[in-house]
Parts: sequence; C-alpha cells; structure tokens
Amino acid sequence: MFDIITFLTLLALGYGFGQWFERRHYRSIRKREQAFKDLLIIQTRIIPSPFSSDHETFLVNGNVVISVDYFKRFVAGLRNLVGGRVTPYETLIDRARREAILRMKEEAKASGAEVILNVKYEMCSIYKGRRNNIGSVEALAYGTAFLRKKTAPEETDPGYLKPTAR
Amino acid sequence: MITNLELVPGKRISKHLGLVQGSTVRSKHVGRDIMAGLKNIFGGELKGYTELLQDAREEAIARMTEQASSIGANAVLNVRFSTSSITSGAAELFAYGSAVVME
Repeated sequence: MFDIITFLTLLALGYGFGQWFERRHYRSIRKREQAFKDLLIIQTRIIPSPFSSDHETFLVNGNVVISVDYFKRFVAGLRNLVGGRVTPYETLIDRARREAILRMKEEAKASGAEVILNVKYEMCSIYKGRRNNIGSVEALAYGTAFLRKKTAPEETDPGYLKPTAR
Repeated sequence: MITNLELVPGKRISKHLGLVQGSTVRSKHVGRDIMAGLKNIFGGELKGYTELLQDAREEAIARMTEQASSIGANAVLNVRFSTSSITSGAAELFAYGSAVVME
C-alpha cells in the first residue's frame, strides 16, 4: 500500500516538474536560437572561399547533461512492452542536442567568431539507474570557429581615411 | 593550434607526426550523485555533471596537446572526442587527433 502511494507521488512529481522544466527549456531554446541565427554553421569538408585566408581558427565546444524524469521513464518502460516510437526520449535528446549547439555558439560568439565549420555531435548516456534504464544523456557539439584577424580597421571606421575636400 | 578541420586554410603542413591522444577517467562524488538521483525524478539539467565532463574534456585535450608538443608538433588537426561510460560511476573522456608541423 505504502509502495503504491510512493510510486504514484513520484509519478505525479515527475510529470508536473518534468513537463514544467521541459516547456521552460524549449522556450529558452527557441529564444536563443533566434538570437544566434546569424552565426552560421557550415558543414562542408571544403572550406568556403571567403574564409580561406586571414582567419584564425580555434576549437569550440558545448556540452550539456540532461536527466529524464520519473514519469517519462515509466512511460518509456511501458512503451518497451509494445514497441514503437518512444516520444519521451525523443524530446529529451532533441533538447540536449539543441542546447549543446547553443552553448557552442555562445562560446564562439563570445570570442567574436563569424562562422563555425565542421560541427560534430557526440552522444553518451552517462547515468544508468537500476534495471539499466537510461537516466541521463550527455550531448556534446564541437566545431572549428573562424575569426577574422584584426588587421583591417578601415572597414569598421573609414572616417579618418577619407580625404578632406578643400 | 587545435582544430577539427582536416586542412587549415592559408597554412601548409610540412610534416605529419602521427596520431596523438589524451584520455582521462573521472567519477563524481557522492553529493553530486544524490543530486543526480533527485534530478532523475524531476528531470532537468545536471549542472554538476555538465561541469565535470567539461573539465574532464579539457584535461583530455591538455594531455593530447602535451603529447603533441613532446614529439615536436605545433598543431593537432582533425580532433575527435569520444565518451564512454565504463561503470555506472565513472566515464572516460578521450580526445585524439593528428599531430602535424605547420609553417
């Protein structure tokens, strides 16, 4: 009897907080994705010609560990019986990936990068609970950021170079 | 210089020195484990783990860089990361790349 009450409480808590966290997280992801829209990610093996010289490169990465809640794990467990799409985990992984990309972009933006090339994803489940259920996943995104070398100030402020007409 | 590109524009590779790698195995302390247990009920981000893995990854990069500079390279190209959970309490973080001499 006590077991059932504990279980239902955990399920309710997991559902309530889990949904709340997820909705809040998605709102913040969408907002930041809009903010970082202009920082492009180019996924080609060949480096586009505008970036082929006079640029510095450095590695940027972003990672996040996100945990699944009790309710979702229970639903996923049920889903395991019948098979099919496991939507609770789909949103979990989607959130983790997008967050990792956003953190990478934040790092790149902070150092003034123009573009990020050759982004790779890495995914790992790091916490396995009892009965080998996946508890939390880590998403990592890494790439090479390109930064224009600071040698051309006349582009930003051409005023003092203009000849004064007399 | 560390990059995950295969070629760096504007630079010429004068010598290849082979594969370099760095790895570290980390585990978390009990306090974080308790927090993680709670978060497994409520869901959400595990900030402690995020930091731990980020630190560990930097350590792996540092070891890789050390190895590269000890064989006389000045750049590591095509860097890849890999994570594997060894037991439920520890994770291995691994970084590897190709050490080169660049002009």
